[in-house]
Amino acid sequence: MSSNKKYWKSVEELNENSSIVEALKQNEFVDQIPTDEFLGDKESLEATSTTRRDFLKYVGFSTAAASLAACEGPVVKSIPYIVQPQEIIPGVANYYATTIADGFDFASVLVKTREGRPIKIENNALATTKGSANARVNASVLGLYDSLRVQGPKKGEESISWDVLDAEVGQKLTSLSGGSKEIVLLTQTFASPSTSKLISEFKEKYSNVRHVVYDAISESAALDAYQSKYGERALANYDFSKAMTIVSVGADFLGDWQGGGFDSGYSKNRVPDHGKMSRHIQFESNMSLTGANADKRVPLTPSEQKIVLAKLHSYVVGGSVPGSLPEHIEKAVNNAATQLKKAGSEGLVVTGIQDVNAQTVALEINAFLGSKAFDKATPIKIRQGSDAAVSALVADMKAGKIGAIIMSGVNPLYTLPNASDFAEGLNKTELSVAFSTKVDETSSRTQYVAAAPHYLESWGDVEIKKGHYALIQPAIRPLFNTRQFQDALLKWTGNDVSYHDYIKDAWGTSVLGGSSFNQALHDGVFVGAIATETVDTSNVEASEETPSGNAANALAATTKNSGLELTLYSKVGMGDGQQANNPWLQEFPDPITRASWDNYLTISKADADEKGLMNKHVANGALNGSYANITVNGTTIKVPVMIQPGQARGTLGLSFGYGRTAGLKEEMQTGVNAYALYQNFNTVQNVTIEPASGEHEFASVQLHNTLMGRGDIIKETTLEIFNTKDKKHWNAIPMVSLDHVETPVTSPEVDLWEEFDRSIGHHFNLSIDLNSCTGCGACVIACHAENNVPVVGKTEVRRSRDMHWLRIDRYYSSEETFEGDDERKESTKGLDIIGALREMESAAENPQVAFQPVMCQHCNHAPCETVCPVAATSHGRQGQNQMAYNRCVGTRYCANNCPYKVRRFNWFLYNGNDEFDYHMNDDLGRMVLNPDVVVRSRGVMEKCSMCIQKTQKTILDAKRDGREIKDGEFQTACSAACGNGAMVFGDINDKESKVAKLKEDNRMYHLLESVGTKPNVIYHTKVRNNTEA
Amino acid sequence: MRKVFHRKLSKSILRLGLIILLAFTTSLSAQGGDPTKGKSLFNANCAACHQLDKKMTGPALRNVESRLADEQGLDKAWIYAWIRNSAGVIKSGDAYANKIYNEYGGAAMTAMPQLSDEDIDNILAYTAEVKVEAPAAAVGAPAPGAVPANGISNELILGALAILFILLAAGLFVVNKTLRRFASAQNIELPEETKRTPLWQAFVKNQFLMLITAIFFLLASAYFVYGYFMQIGIDQGYEPVQPIQYSHRIHAGDNGIDCKYCHSSARVSKHSGIPSLNVCMNCHKSIYEVAPATLAEGAAIGVDYNAEIKKLYKAAGWDDAEQKYTGNSQPVKWVRIHNLPDFVYFNHSQHVTVAGIECQTCHGPVQEMEVMYQFAPLTMGWCIDCHRTTDVNIKDNAYYTKIHAALSKKYGVDKLTAAQMGGLECGKCHY
Repeated sequence: MSSNKKYWKSVEELNENSSIVEALKQNEFVDQIPTDEFLGDKESLEATSTTRRDFLKYVGFSTAAASLAACEGPVVKSIPYIVQPQEIIPGVANYYATTIADGFDFASVLVKTREGRPIKIENNALATTKGSANARVNASVLGLYDSLRVQGPKKGEESISWDVLDAEVGQKLTSLSGGSKEIVLLTQTFASPSTSKLISEFKEKYSNVRHVVYDAISESAALDAYQSKYGERALANYDFSKAMTIVSVGADFLGDWQGGGFDSGYSKNRVPDHGKMSRHIQFESNMSLTGANADKRVPLTPSEQKIVLAKLHSYVVGGSVPGSLPEHIEKAVNNAATQLKKAGSEGLVVTGIQDVNAQTVALEINAFLGSKAFDKATPIKIRQGSDAAVSALVADMKAGKIGAIIMSGVNPLYTLPNASDFAEGLNKTELSVAFSTKVDETSSRTQYVAAAPHYLESWGDVEIKKGHYALIQPAIRPLFNTRQFQDALLKWTGNDVSYHDYIKDAWGTSVLGGSSFNQALHDGVFVGAIATETVDTSNVEASEETPSGNAANALAATTKNSGLELTLYSKVGMGDGQQANNPWLQEFPDPITRASWDNYLTISKADADEKGLMNKHVANGALNGSYANITVNGTTIKVPVMIQPGQARGTLGLSFGYGRTAGLKEEMQTGVNAYALYQNFNTVQNVTIEPASGEHEFASVQLHNTLMGRGDIIKETTLEIFNTKDKKHWNAIPMVSLDHVETPVTSPEVDLWEEFDRSIGHHFNLSIDLNSCTGCGACVIACHAENNVPVVGKTEVRRSRDMHWLRIDRYYSSEETFEGDDERKESTKGLDIIGALREMESAAENPQVAFQPVMCQHCNHAPCETVCPVAATSHGRQGQNQMAYNRCVGTRYCANNCPYKVRRFNWFLYNGNDEFDYHMNDDLGRMVLNPDVVVRSRGVMEKCSMCIQKTQKTILDAKRDGREIKDGEFQTACSAACGNGAMVFGDINDKESKVAKLKEDNRMYHLLESVGTKPNVIYHTKVRNNTEA
Repeated sequence: MRKVFHRKLSKSILRLGLIILLAFTTSLSAQGGDPTKGKSLFNANCAACHQLDKKMTGPALRNVESRLADEQGLDKAWIYAWIRNSAGVIKSGDAYANKIYNEYGGAAMTAMPQLSDEDIDNILAYTAEVKVEAPAAAVGAPAPGAVPANGISNELILGALAILFILLAAGLFVVNKTLRRFASAQNIELPEETKRTPLWQAFVKNQFLMLITAIFFLLASAYFVYGYFMQIGIDQGYEPVQPIQYSHRIHAGDNGIDCKYCHSSARVSKHSGIPSLNVCMNCHKSIYEVAPATLAEGAAIGVDYNAEIKKLYKAAGWDDAEQKYTGNSQPVKWVRIHNLPDFVYFNHSQHVTVAGIECQTCHGPVQEMEVMYQFAPLTMGWCIDCHRTTDVNIKDNAYYTKIHAALSKKYGVDKLTAAQMGGLECGKCHY
């Protein structure tokens, strides 16, 4: 039964004698207001010349002055358009379909614009090609209004005009053309048919041109493996919704593995339907988002992963491989292989090991299984970089063989491990141009900075998967004097057309096949003829040669290196670090560690103890960690250490994307640069680690308070129990005693309040399914963008003053209960105790993880409403708990009385305040604000409003059209952003609605039901598929 | 057979009519046309593109007949042909026709086949009238004379009254003095007045009275201070000077233009929208000056409406003489009158389109406002009062059908007010 489980949020909580945990349990506010300290200081009190009377006079005078100053209203000017564009009505949002393709994130999106300003990124329902917008894509709109963008072309420090740049670059290119030195185009993966065509034209004009595609985080091994097996340089396309048994060896496929975007498909089979759900087994070393969602997670070192994959191959396909594994891993592999064989074509193996053999082995297993999830017809095109080509380029540059280098969408001086070699080579080129939106590490060292537009100001096209095209269209006129790379190429090849016309022309001849360009532009996506060809997957198996097992043997032959193994990874929030100047993403708490504004070295508890590294909670609940020096092949960096439950022993983890310094505001220059350790483009490195002096201050959320013994905040069960037992076994309604009779808390007799009649009109409910929620956090950023949630900065987050209206709580739980542990310790006799104790030690070694998005629960019997002295928070008939900011006087009683801790207090003025120099502090950044939602001021409480501005708009639209509202029209920002179907919003008074049915589901429960708050947010019990083969 | 007969009949009637008409026209054209009829025909058919003394979409037409005859040697027949079918004339290769056609941007004049020769003659007669100077000065002149006359009479009366009072006071003083002198001369003892404590001293000494007064003054000042504080931020009657003296009285009142013709976004958006200048220019491209009567009204209050129209042209970048946009526009910085605080969400379309409320309900008699001012206090109390008393407009609105029926049954009423529908909930306007 689930309720016996103990949930915990940090390792500290496992320490039963921790005084900090005790203090946090007892005190609502850990930091006392320092009045004693202040009043106790007699000396300075006596030294002051201000008497009490004077003080009161000053107070009175300044109050009077302030109120007098407020009497005169300001004169507000309104400036109408000269000629109002036909499609713009002030106050009405327009939507445009476009695509983000920044070399790391590729997604078809809708851009919401107000009065011509893009203010939000939403999912494009027509674009089913590649998942939904992740947190970074949702946050990308803020990059448009980055005040540090390059505002025009530059030569060194000096601003020049495009004409000058064209003339000088053109001249140089012409002089280099046909010479002995090469002209190099170093670009991100564009995956763009038009750009490819354009580059080939450029190559024709200047004969000695080399085009090098560079992915900051390389997928070269997977590309090479796919190319040698299927003859096409692309990535295998897996539809996880067709897989019922998923075995992943080090692949963070819910994160950024092979371009990401697999989570929507994955989530479809995670919800038990007719007693069936997919089974997911994860072998990995870091605790990744994917591992956190797995049914069974096996922590192991990267070198063991290779053997696991090889053995898996031999068990499934046949043959034998060398290498040995610890017993429990061996058992797990055996088990996984059995389940895969049983699943047959419904099985799927993926791997994230950056090794051609490993990738080949995974492809071979899938081919052998005839996996239906593998779609051979539409390989993914969004990674095209080649490690060898980049390495060769750096060597050639250093040798002085490169005459000119033109870069676009890349920042090699930040992302290359051998950045100094590149810098040296860069100095030897005669011409260096960087198309960049920032003066970043690279463009600050090139001769010319060609100011590039943001993707919301650009034209473009992308072939995301073979035959699946998407268009990029501008949603705003360029804010600055910028020009995109393709337009410049057109100019330099002597072509006078704009890139827009060029795309249109290219599409007309080779993509559209007679379909309308305007329709494709409207939809944002276009599926070409190739994709509609059906490929009979059953033939795959037959057509393949019997896998030789060579790759598997080669893989297994990997010898284990001594020392610790470091796995570099990308975080959900920061990705490859392109958007490091984005305050939303900086403040976005990592789904696993819950740390914001940082990257860190993750280490297992055992290794940390061994090395003398520690994490500790300081008095206010914030986390401090030791520093350590880690060395890879002579490169040493000093990193803060975070002890990560579930990290495999002998392994370390460090994320990319941090440690940038150029083109960033000072606040955003956080973390350390992991690319320095990314040698040979291998994410796995052997490292040595030394404790270093000093203590690092982390800004983690969710560690500030304890669960107060309310372990039943989350409910989970296993598939077996779910299928075989009655609801009351795994999702029991808490009972209370009424006249000595056990009564469910939901019954009206035990309620303090009279029930209101909510059967008339709309009654909104938000349903959250813990099975389909992967914890990706797209909803968190969407909520920020929709509701003008302020960014507070690292020090404030450390004080638990983060403003997230929606947080995704992460709970660890051990497979055994603590009570169970005690019992077992008592009952074990003799020498057996050693083994038993070792097993019990594993509480932090491989915990289960559960994610639970929590926002205001909009309780029908809300505890916050009854304690507000000024009635600033009240309940609406439609179920929303409403917050009138202008009425709030800031007593914070409501926050104290909220059992869910979802209320956020504005401790400071977060807009137009130099102390909080984020996007709300400059005119440009404020353009992203949603005009329909007020920006809160200092001293008021705020919280999730259930996007009342959106429900009100939906209602108003229906009223204007004089029609009833259909199910699905009501959306909140989070439910609209959720591509996994975990969040469903709607009107439960519409009995046919999806949410009304979800409310009747057996898995439905309310958060802390026993409190009797009757929330309007409902959850669905997490079911884990523990079925072993 | 009957049908055929009728057709023939109608044709013959038509032919007869034509003959009669032609007979009349020739006879009338000989007389030179009627300028009065011509004026109404001109206003109905030509005024959209032509003015007498000013180039517009088409050329100025004063003395067009004689000018054409003198300068181009074109006769009336050419004019008839041009008016009825200008495109035909241009096609025929006529030199002057093509010149005019090109000069006015290649836009052919709308063909007016319905105009008879007689009509055209009337119009030509109207264009041949001698230009009358505007009587603008005549209105202004008598006014300065009248005002001083009134002023003097008032001052005279007041002055006379003052002198009268001074005389009376002096008289009394003299009488009093004289009587006293008589008394002393006749040795009559005047009774000595007993010294009484002055009233104010008595008042000051009476503590009870002092307390009452103090309380009274405190309460009174509290009342006024309260009143003062309560009006802070309420700008009812706010009537700022605008960069262009735009008169709602003329547009919405005299000309009866619908509010939503210009403020069109009020129908679909939260904002009523300040009309963009292209909306103004829809009409003001051809309305380059106001009627003399309107001009006189403006002069009475010190406004030159024609100059205000020039301001619009300058802002929109419209060259009136050349009849084209220069591209050199300057946005108008209107002073916003209705300022709702940031923490209030108000949506015009909810009130205008859904509820069908007249604009005047909140904005007052706009059609009478020379200068726009804030009519309503725009306080929350004011909003709520209306929500409490106004019924929900459910007519032909399927959205309301179910909820209105259920709710009105619950509350036991026929018609629900906005408040009963949920219009008093905080979150409906504050988010």
